[in-house]
Amino acid sequence: MEQSLITSMLFATLVAGTPLIIVALGELITEKAGVLNLGAEGTMAMGAVAAFAATHYTGNPYLGVLAGMAAGALMSLLFGLLTLTLMANQVASGLALTIFGVGLSAFVGKPFESLTLPAVPAIRIPLLADIPLLGPALFNQQSLVYFSWALLGGVIWFLYKSRAGLILRAVGESPSSAHSIGYSVIGIRYLATTFGGAMAGIGGAFLSVFYTPLWVEGMVSGRGWIALALVVFATWRPLRVMAGAYLFGGVMISQLFIQGSGLQIEVPSQLLSALPYLATIFVLVLISRNQQTIRLNSPMSLGQPYRPDA
Amino acid sequence: MLSFKLETRPEASRTMSYLSPLIAVALTMLGGLLLFSALGKDPLEGFQVFFLNPLRHWYGVSELLLKAVPLMLIAVGLAIGFRANVWNIGAEGQFILGACGATGVALAMGDSSGPLVLPAMVVAGALGGAAWAAIPAFLRTRFNANEILVSLMLVYVAQLLVSWLVFGPWMDPDGFNFPQSKMFSDSALLPLLVEGTRLNLAFVMALGVLVIGYVFMHNSYLGFKMRVAGEAADAARYAGFSAKRMVWIGLLVGGACAGLAGMAEVAGPMGQLTDKVASGYGFAAIIVAFVGRLNPIGIFFASLLMALLFLGGEQAQLYLSLPASISKVFQGMLLFFLLGSDLFINYRLRVRLTLAKAGD
Repeated sequence: MEQSLITSMLFATLVAGTPLIIVALGELITEKAGVLNLGAEGTMAMGAVAAFAATHYTGNPYLGVLAGMAAGALMSLLFGLLTLTLMANQVASGLALTIFGVGLSAFVGKPFESLTLPAVPAIRIPLLADIPLLGPALFNQQSLVYFSWALLGGVIWFLYKSRAGLILRAVGESPSSAHSIGYSVIGIRYLATTFGGAMAGIGGAFLSVFYTPLWVEGMVSGRGWIALALVVFATWRPLRVMAGAYLFGGVMISQLFIQGSGLQIEVPSQLLSALPYLATIFVLVLISRNQQTIRLNSPMSLGQPYRPDA
Repeated sequence: MLSFKLETRPEASRTMSYLSPLIAVALTMLGGLLLFSALGKDPLEGFQVFFLNPLRHWYGVSELLLKAVPLMLIAVGLAIGFRANVWNIGAEGQFILGACGATGVALAMGDSSGPLVLPAMVVAGALGGAAWAAIPAFLRTRFNANEILVSLMLVYVAQLLVSWLVFGPWMDPDGFNFPQSKMFSDSALLPLLVEGTRLNLAFVMALGVLVIGYVFMHNSYLGFKMRVAGEAADAARYAGFSAKRMVWIGLLVGGACAGLAGMAEVAGPMGQLTDKVASGYGFAAIIVAFVGRLNPIGIFFASLLMALLFLGGEQAQLYLSLPASISKVFQGMLLFFLLGSDLFINYRLRVRLTLAKAGD
């Protein structure tokens, strides 16, 4: 295989995996606090359309990312209002958030449907980008790819090295103990949920501003759900989220791999497009097979409402 | 000083659980007025176009019933699962597979007419949907894989499958390369109930399924067991009810009903299979099931309401030049308001008026 081909496939894998990393790490923090937000798909859609609109009007992709982030945070606040303040069922509310977000994004995005944005140039890191084979793939990348790495480091540090992360995990494992020591369970859950929403918004922004600089209804096409599955697959561990995301990134660009392999096989394009979804089911089965693993690793209070009885 | 306090009710309020959907509908309409004025439209005109226009003529009413058919069918099947805490979110995919199954029969029969074509399509549709739902059921019961994510992933796979079928083996050779199958012959089309409308026999079928669903939920031992499993999982376990069986039944029934709805769509208003066969009925039916309180009678009315939202979207597109996807915004709002006002089923708000100086 040609060297440039390996580089370009690696490059494409990283790019395809990046929104998954960002969204899944956000959801990981949310879930670590005990909140199951199934609204990632709708939140990403809102983030994508907000980012596209903001970039279209300001010409600045980073203002777009900010707008996507804000839209995502607002969506998750809505979810928080329902599940944390009004104690609604988290599964149903998450579905509602997805249905609402997908619908609202289609509605507000209609005027932008035939527009495109200028491609955002990659950021080249001097010296590192000169490493043969890996350099151009790893260090001549979109800014949000670097951001996803920084986010990973930040999340690991926060969860396992910081006091705040310890409190967050305590809230997810045993909200009543955290409450009795004097922490505001609901407040912390609001923060964690908002963070998750903001990250899902950035993930959406990456899709509509950096990945394919355009907006089409349904462009998130299940990535929000795949990110949710990724958190389970990673057994709530940040580093594994990243590994899983790149695995899926690779599956998503399988078309490129088949072309690159030079094999003359006739595969319906639909089958290739179905691979990420089939792979998601496959890894879910793989990881859930052992009930013990899931039970040991999932936050104890995940999905359960909490009401401090004052 | 006015103070608000949320108090747990001694027991869940039945009145509130029936009132809550009505409150949600009222709030959604109010939200609609705000939305229309935010969009710079006259809110009253918007309201009229969206909620009243579709019902001006008898034809509009027949269209409302037509749109409500798939929603009723899917929602009643989902409700049976939801009651047992089986979260089948992939009805959209099961709907597609039902449509594919029915199309397979219709195409295989070709022009041969006969009274058995439609019954065979009904069976194939239900089986197609049930088979698609059997995948999450098997993976859940055998490997403990989350049925929400699996059934949902299969929606995307189903969409790609139908796209492959109508671009490939089932493409109409005389269809100018459009992604669609041949038109069905007359014997593969559901007979119309009223001439001059599109309302067909599927409406009667849906009413029948609602009645069967009601009897199953309220008068059968199995239905009782499923309800116990959903409301008190521990009690169900002590009583020796098999949790795996609940998952199987919940998903298979939901899948079969969604498959029926898919059959009714291709053998009814569409008359052929296209890659656009699924238009969100599977997801809207989730809202219908909740708004209808997982009860077939409630689901009947909730389906009509949801069908009105679909038609209202079309009207808004025609007369207010708003995207038809506005109906999805309304659907989402409806579910939000419902979930929010459901708080008052288990809690009540105590408003206290105290003197600020009383000092407690």
